Amino acid sequence: MDDSLIARARRRQAYWLVLPTVIVLAAIAGWPLLRTIWFSLTNAQLSDMSAREFVGLANYIGEAGVLRDGEWWHSVSNTLFFAIISVVLESLLGLGVALLLNTPSRIQALLRAAVLVPWAIPTVVSAKMWSWMLNDQFGVVNAALQSMHLISTPLAFTADPHLAFPTIIMVDVWKTTPFMALLILAALQLVPEDCYEAAKVDGVPRWRVFRYITLPLIMPGILVAMIFRTLDALRVFDLIYVMTSNSHVTKSMSVYVREQLIDFQQVGYGSASATLLFLIIALSTTIYMVGTRRRMENAA
Amino acid sequence: MKKNPLMVLGFYLASALVLFFSLFPFYYAIVSSLKNGSALFSTSLWPAHPSLANYIAIFKEQSFGANLSNSLFVATGVVVFSLLLSMLAAYALGRVSFRGRGTLMMCILSVSMFPQVALLSGLFELIRTLGLYDSLWALMLADLIFTLPFTVWVLVTFMRDLPKEIEEAAVMDGVGIFTLIFRIFLPLLWPALVATGLLAFIAAWNEFLFALTFTLSNEERTVPVAIALISGGSSFELPWGLLMAASVIVTVPLIALVLIFQRHIVSGLTAGAVKG
Repeated sequence: MDDSLIARARRRQAYWLVLPTVIVLAAIAGWPLLRTIWFSLTNAQLSDMSAREFVGLANYIGEAGVLRDGEWWHSVSNTLFFAIISVVLESLLGLGVALLLNTPSRIQALLRAAVLVPWAIPTVVSAKMWSWMLNDQFGVVNAALQSMHLISTPLAFTADPHLAFPTIIMVDVWKTTPFMALLILAALQLVPEDCYEAAKVDGVPRWRVFRYITLPLIMPGILVAMIFRTLDALRVFDLIYVMTSNSHVTKSMSVYVREQLIDFQQVGYGSASATLLFLIIALSTTIYMVGTRRRMENAA
Repeated sequence: MKKNPLMVLGFYLASALVLFFSLFPFYYAIVSSLKNGSALFSTSLWPAHPSLANYIAIFKEQSFGANLSNSLFVATGVVVFSLLLSMLAAYALGRVSFRGRGTLMMCILSVSMFPQVALLSGLFELIRTLGLYDSLWALMLADLIFTLPFTVWVLVTFMRDLPKEIEEAAVMDGVGIFTLIFRIFLPLLWPALVATGLLAFIAAWNEFLFALTFTLSNEERTVPVAIALISGGSSFELPWGLLMAASVIVTVPLIALVLIFQRHIVSGLTAGAVKG
């Protein structure tokens, strides 16, 4: 009797304790999201957002709607392309680095510390650092490639339409592979030691141990990390904005949305594209959550 | 079992490659920041006449000192608010079973997956209504969108692992809920708080989109925005020496913090991602 009273009191208390967080998140995330969706149905301008008319779905499917804008679809395909290529590269390299970090050696601590450096560097800073290193006239990368006689004339890494995109992906891979490696390393360290012992006794070759024991055991961890990175990559903004500013070639969905909203002051139209971006990411998130439901239920 | 010399060689080659790629760009940024004038345009890997002129110039010619203190102020505020709110929420979500707990956890998690630009116009309106446009408080408020869900989730994970007996003993002694959370649990959660606080700090320190959009004047800018907006007339005129000096200053404290707390950070990251 007494116990259930205490339990009930605790439950009531719990609601009060969660309340501040819920209020804050509702105010700064829930409400703005609803407003964004509402603005997408109006012709609001940034200069005076209160002077607006309801225009229905015109911003989406109208004559000049987002869905009829080739530029929007270009940014969608850019973003998807960026997300897929960079996440795949990061996972493969991350796995490699994680295996290195997991190997006992004299330089293990040094390696682990070094790998954290690119991850700790702010995105804006790494974008600027690489812009400098990849500078077409004075960049150290061009100088190195030329001295090795790999190229005869300097490459314009960020300006050349064929090179700009691979360059952006390369810098992203440089910056986020450590994150991937750390998550995969965590999964590797959870693999029970006796699995390896048994394989060793039986004289199973290393690569077979990796292929048939290690990889299947760490796969769930790799997948979760990949999904996290994918959701992140779909929102990419800083890197592209800083490295190639308003270049049409590399424009991502987030860059497109911000350009419409702030630079062109088209709050209604910009909100419509923002809502579409939200839907794309919500869809990806839902697929992810359904896919890992059991994991979630264990946690919650 | 004897080690295969080829494997050992391969290991060290791969390690050397990883070390080179991880460290060289930052090393080169430091070297460039110490070069001046035409020396900047030679690609030598060692500054012939190292000088701190670039470092002095960014504080004298740009409002970099103000930018630094802005970033420090915003990031610290974000950490304090996030940890305070999430300690309360994490206790309730981690140790009390009440109806709707799972749904609430999912809602909080889903907020962290919101694309920031999708909130931009709604948030812009809110910030203007509150009269916070072009102020650091706007950034602090906005940054909670991604730090708060993260700190709640990680702290719930750690909170759940604390032994039940402590709480029972505390309840026996008639201890109030805030005493339980802040005087008894908080000291036990120290490593988790350091890890989540540091990750929230880094996220807020690096935040770019909100800082770019919600501040206007040079004095209210945070460092990432200041660095992104340092520019010359053309790519030829970009003050690369200044830029690299600013980049080094912004990054050194972060790298130091990350290296000091690396074990905690790895556990915080994995609690946030893998266990979640």
